[in-house]
Amino acid sequence: MDQIETGSGSVLREYGSEQNLLSKPDGSATFLQGDTSVLAGVYGPAEVKVNKEIYDRATLEVVVQPKVGMSSVRERAREQCVRETCEAVLLSTLHPRSSLTLILQVVHDDGSLLSCCLNAACMALMDAGLPMGRLFCGVTCAIDSDSQIITDPTAQQERESRALMTFAIDSKERNVLMSSTKGSFSVKELQQCIALSQKASEKIFQFYRDSVKRRYSKIL
Amino acid sequence: MKETPLSACERTFLLKAVEEKKRLDGRQTYDYRNIRITFGTDYGCCTVSLGKTRVLAQVSCELVPPKDSRPTEGIVFFNLELSPMASPAFQPNRQSELLVTLNRQLERCLRNSKCIDTESLCVVSGEKVWQIRVDVHVLNHDGNLMDAASIAAISALSHFRRPDVAIQGRDITIFSPEERDPVALSIYHMPICVSFAFFQQGTYLLVDPCEKEEQVTDGLLVIAMNKHREICSIQSSGGIMLLKDQVLRCSKIASVKVSEITDLINKALENDKRVRKEGGRFGFAESMPKERITALKRDEAPVEMTGVQEMAEEFLSKGEAAPEVVSSPVIVATGTGQLGEGVQSTWGLEEEDEEDECQGEMDKEEKKKKKAEKDEVMVISDSEEEEVVVLNPEAPKSKGKRPKH
Repeated sequence: MDQIETGSGSVLREYGSEQNLLSKPDGSATFLQGDTSVLAGVYGPAEVKVNKEIYDRATLEVVVQPKVGMSSVRERAREQCVRETCEAVLLSTLHPRSSLTLILQVVHDDGSLLSCCLNAACMALMDAGLPMGRLFCGVTCAIDSDSQIITDPTAQQERESRALMTFAIDSKERNVLMSSTKGSFSVKELQQCIALSQKASEKIFQFYRDSVKRRYSKIL
Repeated sequence: MKETPLSACERTFLLKAVEEKKRLDGRQTYDYRNIRITFGTDYGCCTVSLGKTRVLAQVSCELVPPKDSRPTEGIVFFNLELSPMASPAFQPNRQSELLVTLNRQLERCLRNSKCIDTESLCVVSGEKVWQIRVDVHVLNHDGNLMDAASIAAISALSHFRRPDVAIQGRDITIFSPEERDPVALSIYHMPICVSFAFFQQGTYLLVDPCEKEEQVTDGLLVIAMNKHREICSIQSSGGIMLLKDQVLRCSKIASVKVSEITDLINKALENDKRVRKEGGRFGFAESMPKERITALKRDEAPVEMTGVQEMAEEFLSKGEAAPEVVSSPVIVATGTGQLGEGVQSTWGLEEEDEEDECQGEMDKEEKKKKKAEKDEVMVISDSEEEEVVVLNPEAPKSKGKRPKH
């Protein structure tokens, strides 16, 4: 029953990124997945407000800006997901009593927004040159009504899906750093989605590697 | 985080450069930086980069009841936001002086100039009108936010299409873009702001000041004008006294700049329209510069599905199966409830009960003893309450492995 088929769903849409495109932030990047697009900017390490100061590590603040209107609970939830993922990989103890600010601007939402946010965040953190123990990427899986798993779904596919899951995967051991799920699914389906996300993450980590290689190709 | 202030020597250097008619980025006095207008996949989404300044505008619409004073007019609403991305000095959700000035200036430039036909936005007089909302996000602050914001807002408004509506009696039908082509807003003219920075009490002037130049300026003059050379608004700030001639000269420069920018916007709009019509690819993904070393793009990539099934199986078999859940509630004492296995309410229970949970099996004698104790507890706690009913007196079952799928 839980048989997954190698259908057309298991693809990552066309993806791309541009780093260092804003002059003001210390690090910035856009990440595109199909039509979904997120712009990220990082400031830090910088001075921290006294009430937010943590004596042994840096304070990370994540802000998600929606395209239309004011930020609501949904953006807060996304902020939390991204913040917890970043906190897990950032070596924030190297910058005690300082602030790191990550701002994510949604440019276009065509599904898999949270995973796009995570990828943009990682690219921006890399651009800012902040010390990280490992990299991370986000992969979104949707299970449609025929129990087929679709990676990197579009907004249309998300609407038609029975369950939606986003995982943050780390680059070292391919462990799950964060998961955010919606809808109902079996334990087996969850494990399949994790396994699939781990496979998909290889592509994204290879992309990270390629883009860094390209960026520093003139220096090396 | 505070903005890095300019040092005294930077300040004198900049002022000296202005006196010598030189600018930091090698521009001439009346030159604009490069303007780049790109449209997104959505209608009414537009980014404008003016040198390093970058602004994103998005237009959205909604059906709302009109204002009582103007029952036949639609509502246009502007919201400019200074994202903390643009500068570390900008705080989210904080009303700063700069934010208020920019918002007000944008409203005066685009709403008070009546460039949008608000009457065409009326659906049913006095009941339903379109509310057009323009969100402008400042993404990177490198001076002259006003010009960039006004270009972005008017381009987004010209690009925007609202859904078509039909009225039959009292029913209003809104058609999706698939059913009927969306309708463009009727825009009479395109007002565009042009900023002038004045130095040394108006002796020197610069068009399109960058951020550093803005920090040393004495005063700022913003002229909003359309390509028919009609002035839509003028604002002078910073408290400089300008002569009549200076304002007139500025308006002449503005008219030249505005006609150039309007042409650019029209060209960008036409280009986008043509690509959409031809069914080509459009949106930000296409406008990403490919030749830059910092940019990289990959085509659609299939994900290997082989082995996924096995990996999931392996994981499931390795992992300990969840313990079976006892669905019937266990009532240990009156007023306490328990659901599931191993979960125990710590309220009003003796410690001995927990031991009972931990150990798998117990001697019958001991059990009896316990029961006696429990009864005693009952007597102490409540006298005339109902008796204790133990629905599931068996000790917890040993954990069983889940059958393989």
